[in-house]
Amino acid sequence: MAGAGAAVRPEPPAAAAGRPSRQRTRARREAHPVLYLLGHRAALGVFTLFVVSVLVFAATEVLPGNAANAVLGRTAASNPAALHRLEAALHLNRGLLAQYWAWFSGLFTGNLGHSLVNGQPVWGYVEPRLINSAVLMLVTGLIGAVIGVVLGALAALRKDGWFDHVTSVGALAVTALPEFVVGIALIILCSTVVTHLLPAVSLLPPGTYAWDAPRLLILPVATLVIVIVPYIQRMMRAAMIEALESDYVEMARLKGVPMWRIVLMHALPNATAPTIQVIGLNFLYLAGGVVIVEYVFAFPGIGQGLVYAVDNRDIPVIQFTVVVLAAFYVFMNIITDVIALMATPRHRIPR
Amino acid sequence: MTTADPPAAAPAAPRPARIRRHQWLAVLGPAVRTPRGAVGLALAALVALVAVAGPFVAPHSPDALVTLAYGKPSAAFPLGGDFLGRDVLSRVLAGGWLLLLMAVTATAIGVAAGAAAGVSAAYLRGRSDGLIMRTVDVILAFPQLVFALLLLSILGPRLWLIVLAVGLTHAPAVARVLRSATLDVCERDFVKVAELQGMRPAAVMAKEILPSLSTPLMVEAGLRLTYSIIIMSGLAFLGFGQPPPAPNWGTMINENRDGLSLNPWAVIVPAVLIAMLTIGTNLLTDSIGRVALGVDRRPEEAALVDDLGLSAGGGR
Repeated sequence: MAGAGAAVRPEPPAAAAGRPSRQRTRARREAHPVLYLLGHRAALGVFTLFVVSVLVFAATEVLPGNAANAVLGRTAASNPAALHRLEAALHLNRGLLAQYWAWFSGLFTGNLGHSLVNGQPVWGYVEPRLINSAVLMLVTGLIGAVIGVVLGALAALRKDGWFDHVTSVGALAVTALPEFVVGIALIILCSTVVTHLLPAVSLLPPGTYAWDAPRLLILPVATLVIVIVPYIQRMMRAAMIEALESDYVEMARLKGVPMWRIVLMHALPNATAPTIQVIGLNFLYLAGGVVIVEYVFAFPGIGQGLVYAVDNRDIPVIQFTVVVLAAFYVFMNIITDVIALMATPRHRIPR
Repeated sequence: MTTADPPAAAPAAPRPARIRRHQWLAVLGPAVRTPRGAVGLALAALVALVAVAGPFVAPHSPDALVTLAYGKPSAAFPLGGDFLGRDVLSRVLAGGWLLLLMAVTATAIGVAAGAAAGVSAAYLRGRSDGLIMRTVDVILAFPQLVFALLLLSILGPRLWLIVLAVGLTHAPAVARVLRSATLDVCERDFVKVAELQGMRPAAVMAKEILPSLSTPLMVEAGLRLTYSIIIMSGLAFLGFGQPPPAPNWGTMINENRDGLSLNPWAVIVPAVLIAMLTIGTNLLTDSIGRVALGVDRRPEEAALVDDLGLSAGGGR
């Protein structure tokens, strides 16, 4: 998980060992600003994940009194044997710390217990879904990034032209749309009322993965792409306008460099750098966005699994899924920060 | 987050030295007179009217089985029947007000909590700042929807819980924006004068700083309202809203989508209403942001990073 980054943190220089810690920190920060920041972020990320794990554990196991009671509902009173069995399965008959430890260590050994609904091991149940969701997010992210960068660059080149106005109003409208409205609109257009080109549901036979049936990926990916493109497009447009107004573009223009070369070789790379951060943030968004879109298309991913688990109060599955999503979130946050740092040289020099 | 403050959604624009009451009117007025603002207000107001007045003009009871399941539109039932044979028009008219009320309440909770946290973090500095902003980081480690689902899975689908969960998950993002806006305001003379006059910190924050933040507050409230509606209707769509017989636009889209080819209106009308509402609030918010900045320079790069969630600072 995000823990790997913590090792990067530079060792304090030996000479500074005796000084007050604040000075040492400052010395370290000034020596390697990027490494220091990375270490700082990673440490904070690990801490955040620890807090998240405690919260998730506390929330699902302690707060409602007794999860076993909650799961069994009315039958708990009439069937004490079932209650005892479930309590043992959830380790509820042990002390609080022991319960937490049993669960927390399971996160690393893969021994996460069994789903309360179908009795499958949690890891075996979640893993294929995780892979499917990862495919969905990756394909969406790549396609969305390309479309967003191209649309943003075109809008910037024709600033205040009709294309710019259409895309900016369109972006504003689309960013406001809930994902399920976009998904339903696509289903109406492509697979039910208007045309029947594509399948309305993306049900995968058990044992197959998302790449086995690319046709089923089209609508979920299209929905998520429509939702994320406006953010990337707006950022790219702003960055491109700034690049086109810069001195180096002016210089190239005065030298007589052809326009296509200025755009492709000078402005585009410089404008893409800040946009990468927004692309990273869109991956963050996707961690939450896949929940609804997977549900709309019955796509067997982690988000759909979470919705079903919440519906059935399948506590072990909920706990693990939430921790995985939070870990992804924290990890992507750090990556995004690092990219942002790399892309803006002025942040790399000591302040 | 510690190294650089993300810029405010609407940084202090050039404006008179001391801003007082009614500034929000001074921004809202011109905003609704721009084309975007006018369209946004019209869309949002229209949907709000349907939601609020709807229950009183619905021709049938939203729960009564009065027509055929997925019945085609007819003179008596202009939008046809839903999956059980209830009147779609009546359910559409009755199914908006609670969604709207919940979204507005969650927004109020989120903006109030976020503003309180952000302003005190920026004004008090030091340990309070660190503590508040670290808490913000932890809450932001969950996708908003996942946080709401987690809470619902523990305590059961209760409406007040949905409102509270959505409100609380708005707070961190609001806190970040208002913290950086407050950092600018804190430097201004009128804050220093108030401090020299011996005003207590709480009074300085409430009476001096808060009124100067009306623009970022309005932009944040607009953004969070849009997101509240998106999340609330999304949760209802997933089946975590009012329990089944109750009409709700989000629920209607889900429960009627199997019959899309028979009676698409049962899905299209609620979907279009939700879309009109969120597009309307978003256009209005955008025009407020533009007017507040005085020029056609959108704060979007900055606002985007904050909204989308989050990033942690180092970047700017």
